[in-house]
Amino acid sequence: MTTATTGPTTVKGAVGTAHTRVEGRDKVTGAARYAGEIPFADLAHGWLVLSTVARGRIRSIDTDPVLGMPGVLAVLHHGNAPRVDTDYVGMLGIPPDPTAAVFQNDRVPHAGWPVALVVAGTPEQAREAAEALVVTYDTEPHDITLSADHPDAYPADGHMPAETEKGDLAAGLAASAVVVDEEYTTPEEHHSMMEPHAATALWDGGRLEVVDSNQGTTWIQGELVKMFSLDESSVRVRSEHVGGGFGSKGLRAHQVSAVMAATVLHRPVRVVMTRRQMFSLAGYRSPTTQRVRLGAGADGRLRALEHRSLNQTSTVYEFVEPGAGVARVMYDADAHRTANHVVRLDVPSPTFMRAPGEAPGSFAIESAFDELAERCGVDPIDLRLRNEPEAGPVSGLPFSGRNLAACFNEGARRFGWADRDPRPGVRRDGRWLLGTGTAAASFQAGAGPSTALVTAEADGTFTVRIAAADIGTGARTALTLVAADALDVTPEQVRVRIGDSDFGPAMIAGGSMGTRSWAWAITEAARELRERLALGTSIPPEGITVRSDTTAALGALAQKERHSFGAQFAEVAVDTATGEVRVRRMLGIFAAGRIVNPLTARNQLVGGMVWGISMALHEEAVRDRASGGLYGPDLAGYHVATHADVPDVEADWVDDPDPDDPVGIKGVGEIGIVGAAAAVANAVWHATGVRHRSLPIRPDRVLSATVPAVGGGTDA
Amino acid sequence: MREFGYERADDVSGAVALLAADPDARFLGGGTNLVDLMKTGVERPARLVDVRELPLDGIEPTADGGLRIGATVTNSDLAAHPAVRRSYPALTQAVLAGASGQLRNMATVGGNLLQRTRCGYFTDVSKPCNKRVPGSGCPAITGEHHNHAILGASGHCVAVHPSDMGVALAAFDAVVTYETADGPGESPLTDFYLPVGDTPDRETALPPGALITGITLPPAPVAARSRYRKVRERASYAFAIGSAAAALDVEDGVVRDARLAFGAVASRPWRARAAEEVLIGRPADGETFAAAADAELGAARPLPDNGYKVTLMRNLVVAVLTELAEEAAR
Repeated sequence: MTTATTGPTTVKGAVGTAHTRVEGRDKVTGAARYAGEIPFADLAHGWLVLSTVARGRIRSIDTDPVLGMPGVLAVLHHGNAPRVDTDYVGMLGIPPDPTAAVFQNDRVPHAGWPVALVVAGTPEQAREAAEALVVTYDTEPHDITLSADHPDAYPADGHMPAETEKGDLAAGLAASAVVVDEEYTTPEEHHSMMEPHAATALWDGGRLEVVDSNQGTTWIQGELVKMFSLDESSVRVRSEHVGGGFGSKGLRAHQVSAVMAATVLHRPVRVVMTRRQMFSLAGYRSPTTQRVRLGAGADGRLRALEHRSLNQTSTVYEFVEPGAGVARVMYDADAHRTANHVVRLDVPSPTFMRAPGEAPGSFAIESAFDELAERCGVDPIDLRLRNEPEAGPVSGLPFSGRNLAACFNEGARRFGWADRDPRPGVRRDGRWLLGTGTAAASFQAGAGPSTALVTAEADGTFTVRIAAADIGTGARTALTLVAADALDVTPEQVRVRIGDSDFGPAMIAGGSMGTRSWAWAITEAARELRERLALGTSIPPEGITVRSDTTAALGALAQKERHSFGAQFAEVAVDTATGEVRVRRMLGIFAAGRIVNPLTARNQLVGGMVWGISMALHEEAVRDRASGGLYGPDLAGYHVATHADVPDVEADWVDDPDPDDPVGIKGVGEIGIVGAAAAVANAVWHATGVRHRSLPIRPDRVLSATVPAVGGGTDA
Repeated sequence: MREFGYERADDVSGAVALLAADPDARFLGGGTNLVDLMKTGVERPARLVDVRELPLDGIEPTADGGLRIGATVTNSDLAAHPAVRRSYPALTQAVLAGASGQLRNMATVGGNLLQRTRCGYFTDVSKPCNKRVPGSGCPAITGEHHNHAILGASGHCVAVHPSDMGVALAAFDAVVTYETADGPGESPLTDFYLPVGDTPDRETALPPGALITGITLPPAPVAARSRYRKVRERASYAFAIGSAAAALDVEDGVVRDARLAFGAVASRPWRARAAEEVLIGRPADGETFAAAADAELGAARPLPDNGYKVTLMRNLVVAVLTELAEEAAR
């Protein structure tokens, strides 16, 4: 990876300066403990048993032989587990996924559904007994196949309206000199974070303690309070270090089953997911089939745009992967229609995964734009700049800032785009055909209500307490810098404590909103604390603590289109004799608000881009039609990009402070992946002349594609 | 996972005796495959007999100019050995194309030969598999099989052998030597792996309880001009979807000697003798190379989703042989 300069924002104080992770030493020396390795006295270990059938009912669970096995303490299942409540709406405004509310009935809605928890004295004993547990099922026929024309598909809202429409699409297309009408597909993809889900539950003095790995401690606390009908003050959730989340670390079967077992056994119980279990218990990104229709004048100016996206969800939970949402922000046309549909299949529930909606949606629409550029004979960057909207294409609201053009201009300059020969299939380096591609990126910028406690200590230092989550993003460090500036001290004088629901409600690490939400709350509390200290009050031994709550401030924000933007560039090499595709370099230039810590922000952006390479070329969970379960669900069978796949990836940014945020932050968590796969796919077209509209671009797909005559074009 | 006993063998005869006494025991080499299979329940041995410390870690020249490679030589040491790099470069390349540095430091030559297929049905005990549970069926034939066999498979199993090292060894006529309670034995590598037939659970000709002691590579001047090319779905750390080990001796533009073996196309490293026959005595050009590939791949019986492997292997054979011919011409 190469480093690059920061934007021209004048750096005063800590925010904007590169700072290594404040907990970095603990992490590299092993002193930082993760949820699955924190010791507890008298700890018992639970092992989840998952269904091997895709649909049906549990006929019987033969617990007696297992209860006689060494060390086994209990077997929890639908016949004996505590009842829980799932009829509620959680902190994020959505009901719980019943997948987490384990052992409530005998129905099996998908392969890999949790049917029992075996608890024993050691993990090995629990595992051996769990694998010996005989569960018999009455099976029913299953349907696990997503298809564009599935008869049961229906429009669904999720976190945005299902459908938007203006103008006359048919007329707009008919009046267009150039039309693109193509279908794009993306496969089932999994978060595959390093650290598996792990939770320990224990009752201590009438209080439930859960030590977990999650993306928001007050989020999980709230879910457990509601699900187990407990008082808010009687549940504490901690999660200090988290080895990746990407949307997967919410309320899941491991926390709920651990709480159940700790309640039944009156001792601490830990439940850890195996890598294979994560593939059916931890959520995933649904596969999508998308259709994009673009109609434009010969100059590439859009007259008509339609983007339809269909994803699968489980029969027990509706999750929308809103691929068609991208066009509501990115491109306008007089005739404009977008639609997100879902179909319920006998599969596990999908969930949020890095850039939900934008990641697969941008692959489709940014590929379609490349096709439109090709057919119009317009440069792909010029095409996008010609179609820059004045206001939100659907909302009509003004943009709080839209620096997409600046990203393209800076990216084109640094990537060397001006020298690009637009003809496909004409550059060769030995056995490799070479090509370059580009794509636009956007992701919403937002903030969620949060509270923070900032304490002026008697020794002159400051302590910040906030239920933030550092899921590997560097949030703890970023918040230290923000707090230092807000308190007008050095970062060394500030201690930031996170990951504890006792610190009060706070936004989760998700939606690229964590750092902005928490920084806002810390800034508010720090300002009030400084006002108090300015009065010359002497600091008592317990310090002076100020609490902030950003609910009102966020509610007062004007309605605007608030987004980060970016321009992605990729160069690839393709050997059409073997089907191998290698990315040679990538550049991403982003307008993503004020950058708090260039080191960790770059890490986030590069990480997203690397995932985009992985999405373009490698990642694909394959479902076995006969069993309804996954084929090869582990990190040997599910390929993510290796170091050798990501030789030269560079991310940088243009100056883009958010005018309405106290620190100027927008958020960098997700935009790095948006458009990245499209840039790679567009580069593969430029290298070979073959369009790949289905991800991943595997060697067999490259081999099976018709090889065009030089300079010509064809479809894969 | 099942509790198991662990013992470290002091010498070859002791190791063989330990295993002979316990049919539920397995030899443990680097453990890079066996331990994974124990975690997933595919293998459930009652006892592991660790043979990694046995004095079988040498690489020595043989009297006739070949090489004798001990069974506990690590993949890393094998790949780095000067005699291997000089006389059998495709073997070094094949080993280095597999796994990761950490795994190669642990994995042994003997264990590499006996590693199991990575077919996702074989490695998942919740699914049928004739190799794991004879008679339970082969879901790959009608299910996921885009990386399964196109050569030598049967209606009972279409899994492929995962080894890269074995492909180069097959090309160079390696002989596997082993020790049993009744004394030593040996088998050419190309006969060591049994045809799939209706017994995919029976993978090798190794007698029950036998310990692989090493591999003998006969002298092969042609092997000094050899290479291994592996195609996979990412740049590193993945099993092949197709690979080829090739050696070519060209004189005056005519192929004088040739060796060719394929990986990831069959239940065993696939020695391409039909292709070799076409090559020898013919002009070293693209036409010959394509004809050689076609001669071997004529026997391919692809499934609905792995027909690309025929194209891949044809292209790969032509590409690798062309590279070798161009090198020879320099």
